[in-house]
Amino acid sequence: MASTTGTRWSRAYGASGWHLVLMLASLALVGYVVATVGLDALWDPDVWWQSMAVWFVGAVVLHDLVLFPVYALADRLLARRRAGSTARVPLVNHVRVPTLAAALTFLLFFPGILRRGGDTYANATGLDQDQDPFLVRWLLLVLAAYLLSATLYAVRSVRARRRPRAATDLPGSP
Amino acid sequence: MASPIRWRSPLRGPWLTSVLGSVLLVSMPIVIVTGLLSYVAYGEQARPADVGWLHLPTFDWPTDPSWLFRLTQGLHVGLGLVLMPVVLAKLWSVIPRLFVFPPARSVAQALERLTLLMLVGGLLFEIVTGVLNIQYDYVFGFSFYTAHYYGAWVFVVGFVSHVALKLPTMVRSLRSGSLREELRTRRADTTPEPIDPEDPDSLVPTDPDAPTMSRRGLFALVGGGSLLTFALTAGQTIGGPTRQLALLLPRGLDSGDGPNDFPVNKTADAAAVDAASTGSSWRLSLEAGDTTVTLDREQLLDLAQHTAVLPIACVEGWSTTQTWTGVRLRDLAAQVGLAEPTGAYVESLQEKGAFKAADLNAGQVTHDDALLALQVNGVDLSLDHGFPARIIVPAMPGVLNTKWVASIRFEGA
Repeated sequence: MASTTGTRWSRAYGASGWHLVLMLASLALVGYVVATVGLDALWDPDVWWQSMAVWFVGAVVLHDLVLFPVYALADRLLARRRAGSTARVPLVNHVRVPTLAAALTFLLFFPGILRRGGDTYANATGLDQDQDPFLVRWLLLVLAAYLLSATLYAVRSVRARRRPRAATDLPGSP
Repeated sequence: MASPIRWRSPLRGPWLTSVLGSVLLVSMPIVIVTGLLSYVAYGEQARPADVGWLHLPTFDWPTDPSWLFRLTQGLHVGLGLVLMPVVLAKLWSVIPRLFVFPPARSVAQALERLTLLMLVGGLLFEIVTGVLNIQYDYVFGFSFYTAHYYGAWVFVVGFVSHVALKLPTMVRSLRSGSLREELRTRRADTTPEPIDPEDPDSLVPTDPDAPTMSRRGLFALVGGGSLLTFALTAGQTIGGPTRQLALLLPRGLDSGDGPNDFPVNKTADAAAVDAASTGSSWRLSLEAGDTTVTLDREQLLDLAQHTAVLPIACVEGWSTTQTWTGVRLRDLAAQVGLAEPTGAYVESLQEKGAFKAADLNAGQVTHDDALLALQVNGVDLSLDHGFPARIIVPAMPGVLNTKWVASIRFEGA
């Protein structure tokens, strides 16, 4: 009897009863957080894009519908080039790794690299230097990453050429 | 999986997601708890001020060990940044789920999507506001403290409910593969995870491409990203020669070699404190009950001087350790007849700003190394470091160590 009720319930709802309890408790808690912040703080009617609610949703949209499609597409184009290549050492990861290093460091440090912050930055740090060094440092870091990757690629290619073909790591081998 | 997109990576699957998830399961609570501890450490000055039930049990922030806040806040900011590659990889591993069609086949799935919005939205919101804040880019316009604090609670709710729902799946998936085995598997031998016929939403692609990278390669990539982030950020907390490794952060810049050449979080200029108000006319007002004693800087220098090596650690994650010399706060309390002060209210010459005054708890007033510092590294404080006198108390959040002190009101019987 109990199991029939349970089955009927889970068919209607799609999961167990405690799943619903957990979901409702989560929603209630977030409702409490929203009530504590206050709707006034969440929404700025004067400058809509400087609202917390917009930034919250915007962060998800930016990651899921901009960042992900962009990097997936870029990687797709890169991987497609590889398909026609007969090189013994695939180039693809030697491009991926330094590109990702550049992207990660840019994501983390773009305010300095792009000299954002202005007066707030000067007031907080009081440093004689402004944000000038960051762009050059970042470019050097990116350059170093690509150079290192290219060097490793060259070394691997030379070593692969010295080995008999059968021993190399061919794509598609079992 | 019912999806309009063909997912190509042969690496995606519940085992991979569970490995990444388990890293976050262990590390995220550290970021969460250290963040909430920071709110406790701010005591009366915590912002946002009224948060209802949304805080840890409050307690008087301790003064021992002196590096406590340096550790908790360094971990909060540092680990938060270091985990970014793991977070991005975890999101990559599960992103096919986002594009499943129809988006929900039941009420349960629809509700779960809402909690995932809390989880992912909260996490990304915390990363974005945190990253901007430590680099002084306030393009978002709203209060960082309010946003980062409440955003954290939304994330915590999403995180806890996600863990409660997925923990059994994570454990089961981890058992379906062997990390040791996978770490020995080269790219050419890398195969997709087995498809579970029971799971219509499996992350395993039905028609994958040949691998361009092994799973160990992916782990090395993510771990390498975290290691690179660590190398580029840890120096601002650890200090010493490692500071210059924080190449791209404001607190990695060279401040110079002089005794006063270490970072500040607010210049005298920004606080509108000038040479006139801090010159020979400056007086320190000490108060307790109806008693008021006024001292000039010479009189302060005539009192017993004490030297302590103490870190000053900012909520932004950076810290710096210096040698401070000045008068013990409890000696100043004795000047107004209080042998056992239970607290103090310190006011700055600074007239505007959230941190122009600070409440100190009993431990922060009576600790042996709790000072009204007049000198640092053997010379007078510079104006930017709080001349003529500043507070320095072990383990207290940096910004509460009030600079350009005008008055101290002691509490106690």
